[in-house]
Amino acid sequence: MGSWAIAVHGGAGVDPCLPAVRQEEARRVLSRCLKLGAGALQAGLTAVDVVEMVVRELETDPVFNSGRGSALTRRGTVEMEASIMDGRGRRCGAVSGLSTVKNPVSLARLVMDRSPHSYLAFDGAEDFAREQGVEMVDNSYFITEENVSMLKLAKEANSIVFDYRVPIPGVDSCSAIAGLMGAKAEGGLQMNGLPINMYAPETVGCVVVDNNGWCAAATSTGGLMNKMNGRIGDSPLIGSGTYACDVCAVSCTGEGEAIIRSTLARDVAALMEYKGLSLQEAVDYAIKERLDEGKAGLIAVSRNGEVAYGFNTVGMFRGSATQDGFMEVGIW
Amino acid sequence: MVGWAIAVHGGAGVDPGLPVERQEEARRVLERCLRVGAAGLRAGLPAVDVVEMVVRELETDPVFNSGRGSALTRKGTVEMEASIMDGHGRRCGAVSGLTTVKNPVSLARLVMDRSPHSYLAFDGAEEFAREQGVEVVDNSYFITEENMSMLKRAKEANSIMYDYRVPAPGVDSASAGLEGAKVGLLMNGLRISVYAPETVGCVVVDSNGWCAAATSTGGLMNKMSGRIGDSPLIGSGTYACGDCAVSCTGEGEAIIRSTLARDVAALVEYKGLSLQEAVDYAIKERLDEGMAGLIAVSSNGEVAYGFNTIGMFRGCATEDGFVEVTIW
Repeated sequence: MGSWAIAVHGGAGVDPCLPAVRQEEARRVLSRCLKLGAGALQAGLTAVDVVEMVVRELETDPVFNSGRGSALTRRGTVEMEASIMDGRGRRCGAVSGLSTVKNPVSLARLVMDRSPHSYLAFDGAEDFAREQGVEMVDNSYFITEENVSMLKLAKEANSIVFDYRVPIPGVDSCSAIAGLMGAKAEGGLQMNGLPINMYAPETVGCVVVDNNGWCAAATSTGGLMNKMNGRIGDSPLIGSGTYACDVCAVSCTGEGEAIIRSTLARDVAALMEYKGLSLQEAVDYAIKERLDEGKAGLIAVSRNGEVAYGFNTVGMFRGSATQDGFMEVGIW
Repeated sequence: MVGWAIAVHGGAGVDPGLPVERQEEARRVLERCLRVGAAGLRAGLPAVDVVEMVVRELETDPVFNSGRGSALTRKGTVEMEASIMDGHGRRCGAVSGLTTVKNPVSLARLVMDRSPHSYLAFDGAEEFAREQGVEVVDNSYFITEENMSMLKRAKEANSIMYDYRVPAPGVDSASAGLEGAKVGLLMNGLRISVYAPETVGCVVVDSNGWCAAATSTGGLMNKMSGRIGDSPLIGSGTYACGDCAVSCTGEGEAIIRSTLARDVAALVEYKGLSLQEAVDYAIKERLDEGMAGLIAVSSNGEVAYGFNTIGMFRGCATEDGFVEVTIW
């Protein structure tokens, strides 16, 4: 009998000027989700059930970029995606392009458990959702005023917004940073070599190892603010944003394109399996060696009850709890 | 300077009862594509250009399940997907849910080169295609009579069709299989139509030792609309890096959970296996009950195949003049 452990994240890359009240709000949500997951683990629920439950909670709360509170596409709509993987049997399910499904991670679970496929997207995923009778709402349900303003800002800044994940040398005050908004800052993030809107709201994820040593992971997001319609990021991609197997479970967040080309989640596990690294060594190696100029973070648990975090961004919303009563929530 | 090498595939899992003319037809297409690729390599084109060019050729020809000749969704339409990865820099592009784009692999290339993203799907991908001015056609262009009959059969067989990739005991001809045995493939524990037409792919290492891979497909016959398989997923159906390039085919769901393409490369990188050892290990150890195949090349000019199905349409050519096309 191993000991259980749970970790959650709410996005890698945090605005250093994020108002204290918003930091507290995010911490409270993460704390609440950890307590929910810990309670379920104490009650003996399996890892895959716990990750689904916790991510549902994160989707329902509008604070993070998943479900309600998702980032907006360039058209101002929401297109959500999620994936879940049960390390026990390496079973997986994923969805993309959801616009009316209240809890994307639960639809991903249904794809895994009740469809002959692993990944459904857009209209086909929405049809499946209706067939399965999951809770559906109008797209407007997911849209928050704050994100509507953020989208406007992103567009006004002519597609370059201060990348709060990368500290700009010589800029140490929020007003100076604000002054960069709307200007083509030299330090602007480039993705695929093109300057794009880099507002990066916070994808959510959860990884769990239960009492039996089984691991599971789930990730959910609205994606990149001002993204092209139809854009798929790393969160629904097994091996990129989400991965779970016998030895560990991983959930990533950050620059989708960088996480995909790094197959980041799978790499953490492969480093353990094929190179014999420990969980933390594998996490550190993956973050250091696989991302090149990409910015990302991840949370991971091992079947032995260990928890590890890794990120090369300024901050990552995260937290963890273990069976011995330890609990923490951190941002920086 | 390395001796260049190119490999192509046209799907893992071959009907043992496939008529000889169809086997010959498939061989001819693969040979032609290999010649096109070899010529490109001799002319000094980089790996990523060659894989795109060869997969375009495979998409355009209706014989295989990609572009024209794609498998049909349960609605009788075509939804195509593809991905491409340039090992030189590990850059990638992917598309899913295409219905009017004549060459999906080329749109995947444009996603990689000309969009800020890595993966576009469905309506968004179709819009991008129009913005980029790629050749678009009516969905009916992709639909062949043969696949319409196959879809009909798949539905009539009450979603269970003879899985020609798994020999049923005592059954040694395709017709016997169709009539009799309910040797249905189970995927995710559920019986579904198992007709699995042939995804295409190409992997190349050029004279500079750079590797690239591309994969393209119409997906599973009678699939649910919106279903995404392994072919557009980086790390699952397609992968390329400094060491090697891999393209997979077979049961999409099995390839995804195995992250098959990435695993071949990870076995080389992290476990120090040779290309063939990595391919063999991945096929043997990662698929569990899944049925799949793959082609791979290394930065050293080696070629490797691996499959646990009955047959895989494949071929390769190397700079020293070696060429082969084979099915079994």
